Amino acid sequence: MKPRLFVSRDAGALALGADEVERAIIAAERRRGLDIEIVRTGSRGLFWLEPMIEIATAEGRIAYGPVQAGDVEALFDAGLLDGGAHPLRLGRPEDIPFLKRQTRLTFARCGIVDRLSLDDYRAHGGYRGLERAIALGPAAIIEEIVTSGLRGRGGAGFPTGIKWRTTAQAEAPQKYIVCNADEGDSGTFADRMIMEGDPFVLIEGMTIAGIAAGATKGYVYIRSEYPHAIEILGRAIAIAQRAGCLGARVLASPYAFDLEIRVGAGAYVCGEETALLESLEGKRGMVRAKPPLPAHKGLFGRPTVVNNVISLASVPVILAEGAAAYRDLGLGRSRGTMPIQLAGNLRHRGLFEAAFGLTLGELVDDIGGGTATLRPVRAVQVGGPLGAYFPRALFDTQFDYEAFAAKNGLIGHGGVVVFDDTVDMARQARFAMEFCAIESCGKCTPCRIGSTRGVEVIDRVIAGDRRPETLALLTELCETMRLGSLCALGGFVPYPVISALTHFPEDFGIRRGAAAA
Amino acid sequence: MPGFEPWSAERGGAIIAAHKGQEGATLPILHALQDAFGHVPRAAIPLIAEALNLSRAEVHGVVSFYHDFRDAAPGAHVLKLCRAEACQAMGADALSDAAREQLSIDWGETTPDGSVTLEPVFCLGLCACAPAAMLDGKVFGGLDRARLDGLLKRVGQR
Repeated sequence: MKPRLFVSRDAGALALGADEVERAIIAAERRRGLDIEIVRTGSRGLFWLEPMIEIATAEGRIAYGPVQAGDVEALFDAGLLDGGAHPLRLGRPEDIPFLKRQTRLTFARCGIVDRLSLDDYRAHGGYRGLERAIALGPAAIIEEIVTSGLRGRGGAGFPTGIKWRTTAQAEAPQKYIVCNADEGDSGTFADRMIMEGDPFVLIEGMTIAGIAAGATKGYVYIRSEYPHAIEILGRAIAIAQRAGCLGARVLASPYAFDLEIRVGAGAYVCGEETALLESLEGKRGMVRAKPPLPAHKGLFGRPTVVNNVISLASVPVILAEGAAAYRDLGLGRSRGTMPIQLAGNLRHRGLFEAAFGLTLGELVDDIGGGTATLRPVRAVQVGGPLGAYFPRALFDTQFDYEAFAAKNGLIGHGGVVVFDDTVDMARQARFAMEFCAIESCGKCTPCRIGSTRGVEVIDRVIAGDRRPETLALLTELCETMRLGSLCALGGFVPYPVISALTHFPEDFGIRRGAAAA
Repeated sequence: MPGFEPWSAERGGAIIAAHKGQEGATLPILHALQDAFGHVPRAAIPLIAEALNLSRAEVHGVVSFYHDFRDAAPGAHVLKLCRAEACQAMGADALSDAAREQLSIDWGETTPDGSVTLEPVFCLGLCACAPAAMLDGKVFGGLDRARLDGLLKRVGQR
């Protein structure tokens, strides 16, 4: 048998030189007269070890990383194809603590399978969920998802099964499944990794959603910043269509479902579900007032399920393994696993899927290994640009929707961005307002005007201009935005601002204990 | 970097016609026009309006809403530097300042010789490989001053 060499083609690996590594491998293969099968995978999610390559051996796969093109000749000399010893040899990837400590359900195949092989997908459990879903029928599928406790992984945390049931109960000649792949939060990349590393799982999840809700058409709205995901998912959809996994009779069942990709155009606010629908309809991405809910009147006024990539990609395993297995993980009302994304200034950066309940401290200190710059951790922003900054004093907070809400924060889409002690928190607060001003859709006044005024007021605080009065004004502005904005952009931008002010008052020129908040 | 076609109403009309039958065709049409011409030419707006039965103001409103759509062709190279938090945590602000200083242009501007357009981007999903950039659609992570200088050299600015 030909040696099988697995090369990560995730955008993160490419950004670190995976293309050059692959070219060097092919050159070495030719020069040495070898015949190697190169399998292109997604990423295992251990980005400090990317570009990572793995060779199949009798003892399982052996990984090497981080590999640069210049290392390839030496790796071949060291017996790479037999898993030979080399300073870059990492051993079996499953034994690397970062991976060993995870519970990979949604990401079970990512980084392992040939991402565009339907056979490989099936060989690793793919389409078992859809087969069971077809046997169960719509009502029982929805019951499974409700029982699993799955909540929206995009950030809002709304129960997925309830959303599906509402759409299923709506009467209409056409319904839609819309996948929100507008993953704009800094610190998040789980959607991108799944689309690039295991695209069929998203296709399968959307198909199950379509059968459950009675929708025959699905759209995946992917941000334009993700060209690799757009390409890979597009190719996977074409493969699924040719194989009868999408189309008029899905897997030869009576159910019809088909999919199309639409590309965003650089507007963060289109990650908000109603703005996304407007954009899909070809309009400005302006937020809609709710009600009506998209489940009743969504895309083109039709009942529409709008779910995040990870919510949909978690559906196949729930159907395949049963709702109870999923529900039994996690704590409180946060059930199952969450793909947490460890980013920013950390030694061990990457994707960490685990049952809800780890503390922020475990994630940052133990799993993340502290900062990459080897300086003390000062602040951690959880949940994207609209998430709160947490100080070390709150590191005992458990990763769970309600626990973070109780500490005036949010888990959002699961992004964790770590900053060392060189961070200026007043500058971070100002950036939150600046970002909101750049990205506001302009429909509601608190967000459109408040964000610009917010930048100005924070500038005045920093300059020390009548600080007590200016701080009171900033607090009041944040309250107005929180309560008066139409969507989470203006409504949540107070989280990073107020948390920075509360936990790091000294950066605003205020003595500790005297913060306005 | 592939060169862009000069605007032609005939070619623009053909692109619009190829996409107008889809549901919500506006964004697919705008992307296709920008892929061909490097920007969305002003002259295309009445053609889109006509094809989709919209007013010119509505089409202009859509074009101007989205950060991606340009009203003039970019330079020979487009360098996008991530300005979002995960990259900030790894020193992106200093890199951005260095790039702007070295190119003597601000965000959204093109160097006078037309070699490079500098654009901000708020997250490339490369937050575990920060700081990140995209040059002509190719991604780069783990940037520092030396790697940035390498990118600037590629675009003929060093």
